[in-house]
Amino acid sequence: MTVTTVPAVATREGVVELTRVSRWYGNVVAVNDVTMTIGPGVTGLLGPNGAGKSTLLHIMAGFLAPSNGTATLTGQPIWRNHGIYRQIGLVPEREGVYGFLTGWQFVLSAARLHRLPDPAGAATRALDLVEMTDAKDRRIETYSKGMRQRVKVAAALVHDPQVLLLDEPFNGMDPRQRLHLMELVRRMGAEGRTILFSSHILEEVERVAEQIEVMVAGRHAASGDYREIRRRMTDRPHLFRVRSSDDRRLAAALIADPSSGAVSLTENGLEVQALDFARFTRLLPRVARDTGVRLWQVSPTDEDLESVFSYLIQPRA
Amino acid sequence: MNTVVADITYRAMLGRKRILLLVLLPLALIGVAGLLRLIGGSSEDTAVTLMKTFAIGTILPLLGLIAGTGVIAPEIEDGTIMHLLSKPISRPVITFTKFVVAASLMAVFAAVPTFIAAFLVVRTESGVAYGFALGALFAGVAYAAVFLLLGVVTRHAVTVGVIYALVWEGLVGGYVPGARKFSIQQWAQSIADQVSSSAFFKADVPIGFAVPAMVIVTVAALLIAGQRLRGLSLTGDE
Repeated sequence: MTVTTVPAVATREGVVELTRVSRWYGNVVAVNDVTMTIGPGVTGLLGPNGAGKSTLLHIMAGFLAPSNGTATLTGQPIWRNHGIYRQIGLVPEREGVYGFLTGWQFVLSAARLHRLPDPAGAATRALDLVEMTDAKDRRIETYSKGMRQRVKVAAALVHDPQVLLLDEPFNGMDPRQRLHLMELVRRMGAEGRTILFSSHILEEVERVAEQIEVMVAGRHAASGDYREIRRRMTDRPHLFRVRSSDDRRLAAALIADPSSGAVSLTENGLEVQALDFARFTRLLPRVARDTGVRLWQVSPTDEDLESVFSYLIQPRA
Repeated sequence: MNTVVADITYRAMLGRKRILLLVLLPLALIGVAGLLRLIGGSSEDTAVTLMKTFAIGTILPLLGLIAGTGVIAPEIEDGTIMHLLSKPISRPVITFTKFVVAASLMAVFAAVPTFIAAFLVVRTESGVAYGFALGALFAGVAYAAVFLLLGVVTRHAVTVGVIYALVWEGLVGGYVPGARKFSIQQWAQSIADQVSSSAFFKADVPIGFAVPAMVIVTVAALLIAGQRLRGLSLTGDE
């Protein structure tokens, strides 16, 4: 199943486009016929381990050639095009840092490799952005995993890129650092940068990403806002928990309408399976008013990212 | 040539354990030469044998392997090369810079010690020291390029390099005269023979073949390494 709610991308500036991209290793297909457009804002690339997220991210970063299809950034091919890195900041998942350099030397080297006019100033700003200024003169090999991650982010941001690609960026960070990086990513997305990060942690994606791209077994399973994706899964009823002044009377009235599936009375109120989301959301307040029941709480119980994701990776039997 | 790439590469080569090998091998050569001098074996014949078998035949390819593969293979292996490859620098520039670093290390840790060792045994007699030092310098540059290429194209660069140096150059070259023509060691000896007037030494490969071959191999290795790095695939842990 592929569920798509693609936002319109008016201009191709900073837009990563994959067109029918496949990548295989021998007989193993890692990515299968993926077409995807990543525009400005924060996009989460989500999928279980081995789903092809990392392969896709490496194709977008120019470190893997697609076996088939094309990958472009701002309309230019990514593979074998080193000029593209003026626009891209990359935070790889692998450690990938020279342990013998200090944090300052590492970020400064990135600034100098980009031939920035004021490399020292850019390095200072980037280290400050990830709160690594105090530890900048220590060798990277003495850093914790979270600190290494942050110094990699600083090196990726040093040239103020339009596109930021992050592979499992929150791995190894303590909760405070994680929140700080999430805030940074959100802010940069709001500034109009294209930010794509891969993760298998739903909570991270839910908190940061506006859009999600879901990979399942090498295929592009869903795209868009996850609540919207959930609503488009019409083959699965939506679960609502409803608390009211008279649950029993409300249940009797709801069950009479075809948009309600099963209605069960529990200690915590009613649990309603809505077969038609739109119709049910109109029905409920009307029924409550007509029957004189006061609604205290109406909450969808399977509209969170975790439910959406589990529905996507476990097709209905 | 990119100075940032060169700076990082020098730090990686000289600030870590690899420098121990780069230092210990030439020290062993100089030590043996010093010992020969002490025990009175300082004849021109001995010096030529020491240079041919130990300096050019053993130490030089080993140092070439350490320097040539060391400037790039470990970075590809552990993924640190991504830091350089994800920048707007042409990849042939990266390989050329790393080659310059490897070649300069060969000059310092191979050519200079070769001169010192020969000088300890026979001083400047018959130009043996100058000849072998120059041979080591040129061959060191060729080894740097060839082993750098190996470091880019295979994750088993050290194994392949050892097989080339020991089996092809050492063993096959020893028994099959035709194989000697395609041996960097033999080209080094051709240059040494050209400079030296020693009667104890005659190179098998003519200089007219050795020098062009050396230039062609070095340039070709660098061109191929640059192109291979452009198409290098790096994957994540998935």
